[in-house]
Amino acid sequence: MKVIVAGGGKTLYYLCRNMAAKGSEVTVINQDRAECTDLAENLTARVICGDPTEPSILADAGGRSADAVIAITPQDHKNLVICQLASMEFSVARVVALANDPDNVDLFQKMGIPAFSTTHIVSSFIEQRTFMEHAINLLPVGEGKVNVTEIPINEDYPVVGRKLKEIRLPLNGLVAVIIRDERAIIPGGEDKLQAGDKIVTISLPESYAQMLRAITNEE
Amino acid sequence: MKSRDRLIIVVGCGDLGALVSEYFSIRGYQVVTIDINRDAFANLSHDFSGFRLHGDATEKGTLVKAKVEDAYALIAATLEDSVNLMVTQIASKVYNVPVVMARVDDIGKAEIYTRFGIKTICPASVSAKLFIDEIEAESKGEDSVTQ
Repeated sequence: MKVIVAGGGKTLYYLCRNMAAKGSEVTVINQDRAECTDLAENLTARVICGDPTEPSILADAGGRSADAVIAITPQDHKNLVICQLASMEFSVARVVALANDPDNVDLFQKMGIPAFSTTHIVSSFIEQRTFMEHAINLLPVGEGKVNVTEIPINEDYPVVGRKLKEIRLPLNGLVAVIIRDERAIIPGGEDKLQAGDKIVTISLPESYAQMLRAITNEE
Repeated sequence: MKSRDRLIIVVGCGDLGALVSEYFSIRGYQVVTIDINRDAFANLSHDFSGFRLHGDATEKGTLVKAKVEDAYALIAATLEDSVNLMVTQIASKVYNVPVVMARVDDIGKAEIYTRFGIKTICPASVSAKLFIDEIEAESKGEDSVTQ
């Protein structure tokens, strides 16, 4: 996969090191000449020194043949423009922008650019960790975009004795399997949960906490 | 609806932003001029009777303070192209401001965004056109004299 990463700092360095190690062909765009020299020495990546919001620099970086563009500069307006240029002008299939200001995640989505906020990610991660130690994340699926989680149903959970269709799960979450007495059931809406069941849920990371809440301590 | 006709937001109070702000302020419009740098408001003459709002216009709260929901027009004229492009898109896509325009100094970027429906003004190409038109008008005038 050909990836262009615009930005700098430690985040960019480790991200590029990881992607290069996994076999991606990485091109970095950074505006600081000294940092560019360091990056070029330490990374298996092509390094372009210039303003990543300039169409000609994106073209030099191989914008036309890139599979993905990641914009993680400290300035949100630049991240927005980099991703918009990549997708509008260079038809890059996958772009993603860092929203340093968490408010910008929604704004960028409205402007057609997928964005993430490290503030959101860190807080939801902490929430997940502290929330329920006994929910086991089984495996990350789809490059971490999907959570598959096993949850043992305690007798004091509000979902005990209720049909699946009566449980208000978030839009991006579902109960995929019920494990009862060593037997796995692929449930339908009429199936009831019982204390002692284990359920396997599938959810998107942003809905995960809401999903756990719905099952463990609704209202 | 009434107030929407009269409120104009200008982002960036450099020479360009100050000129536009003064123009509409003198003509009785309600003008809010935003700049991230307090000193920039010194560019406004005494004729300006609008609001000076100190803040970062790419931050949601700042535009809300400027009453962006009520604005008829937003002009983004800072020296940073990407700030102007972001602010105008927030104004039009999130707050439905009817008229938005971005100053974009980079000609290439201005063309790309124009193609995608954002109204951009590139100071260099506007001035170049004025020079060229002037020169062409002059030379045509001479031609007709010599003929």
